[in-house]
Amino acid sequence: MSEVRNVVIVGSGPAGYTAAIYAARAQLNPIIYEGSVTAGGALMNTTEVENFPGFKDGVMGPDLMDSMRKQAKRFGAELITDDIVEMDLSGDIKILKDGSGNTVKAKSVILATGSAYREIGLVNEKRLSGHGVSWCATCDGFFFRGQTIAVVGGGDSAVEEATFLTRFADKVVLIHRRDSLRASKIMAERAKANPKIEFLWNTEVIDVLGTDKVEGLKLRNTVDGTESEQAFTGLFVAIGHIPRSELLIGQITLDNEGYVICEGRSTRTNLKGVFACGDLVDHTYRQAITAAGSGCAAALDAEKFLAH
Amino acid sequence: MATSKVTTASFDSDVLKSSTPVLVDFWAEWCGPCRAVGPILEEISDEYGSKIKIVKLNTDEESAIAIKYGITSIPSMYVFVNGEVVKQIVGAKPKPALLKDLESFLA
Repeated sequence: MSEVRNVVIVGSGPAGYTAAIYAARAQLNPIIYEGSVTAGGALMNTTEVENFPGFKDGVMGPDLMDSMRKQAKRFGAELITDDIVEMDLSGDIKILKDGSGNTVKAKSVILATGSAYREIGLVNEKRLSGHGVSWCATCDGFFFRGQTIAVVGGGDSAVEEATFLTRFADKVVLIHRRDSLRASKIMAERAKANPKIEFLWNTEVIDVLGTDKVEGLKLRNTVDGTESEQAFTGLFVAIGHIPRSELLIGQITLDNEGYVICEGRSTRTNLKGVFACGDLVDHTYRQAITAAGSGCAAALDAEKFLAH
Repeated sequence: MATSKVTTASFDSDVLKSSTPVLVDFWAEWCGPCRAVGPILEEISDEYGSKIKIVKLNTDEESAIAIKYGITSIPSMYVFVNGEVVKQIVGAKPKPALLKDLESFLA
């Protein structure tokens, strides 16, 4: 493909799709690489989203993403369900290669690759992944009907997963290394009122036990260092996310956690014509609505850049 | 060839007694990553149907088999040869990664 596009958008959560809607309406004829298995982003693995403005009764995460996708399409964005596997962003013409081996060239690039689940980092966590260790309650909760399972984490996603899992499990134990939740008040209160949820405070998971499947966890008290073992048949890990910036290392300025650094309040990266938005840049807010907002800003920044 | 649906009733003849390797895709309607990997498996089935048979098992409808094989995450893609599980792939992956996992069956 020798044609040079105005803008290529990489990633398709609320940030990527919103950037596509704005860029398409600005007649920039955007092309968006949605990801072969990650299309729609993190919200595809959620259930009800209760806090996206405009949906007074809530909306299912996958339905919200499907609407954004259709809205981008309606204004002429070209949607490609593939991954970008290589990027050369340094020149005036950016060169990107997709998972099928095709190359696309563009004057500007909007990066919206989002984040991936953070792992605890235990050898046995990886080994038993898919055999009792999971990062997706909505995908896997069903298989833990009538069982006792652990959720590790203390933020909104941990509390949401724990609450969701009580539909299936007999007992859900929320393991958190501090003595209070980081989650929003409304979700924390809901979890505390749920008779199936128990809390294990000041506790961290130091090993996952079991030969072919999860049979228990080795735990350590973060205050006095006491170690103990407890039987569980499942472990759901919800300890946050890491930015998906591995393709950008060495090209774009990242902070020491791997997030893309933008100039001031803009979405401009250190490279001319390269913009970044969504969870890829956001340590702090990490909401669907803030991601969408920054996707909009990235499209407007790209539009302004292309006009000069 | 397109993928086909397998049930508890047909599991023995379609999977365990198959003369070619069979990939069983354990999936469900409500699972986002399963929906993402579905079209990729269709493509692989179209391109490599003579080497490997790809069948889909709905874990909501056929939960007994999912439990029997210890499925706790979906999508899970298990390859059966002569009635035995010889390969377990867990989680949605891009097509090149799946083809690499299945390399030894596609040659």
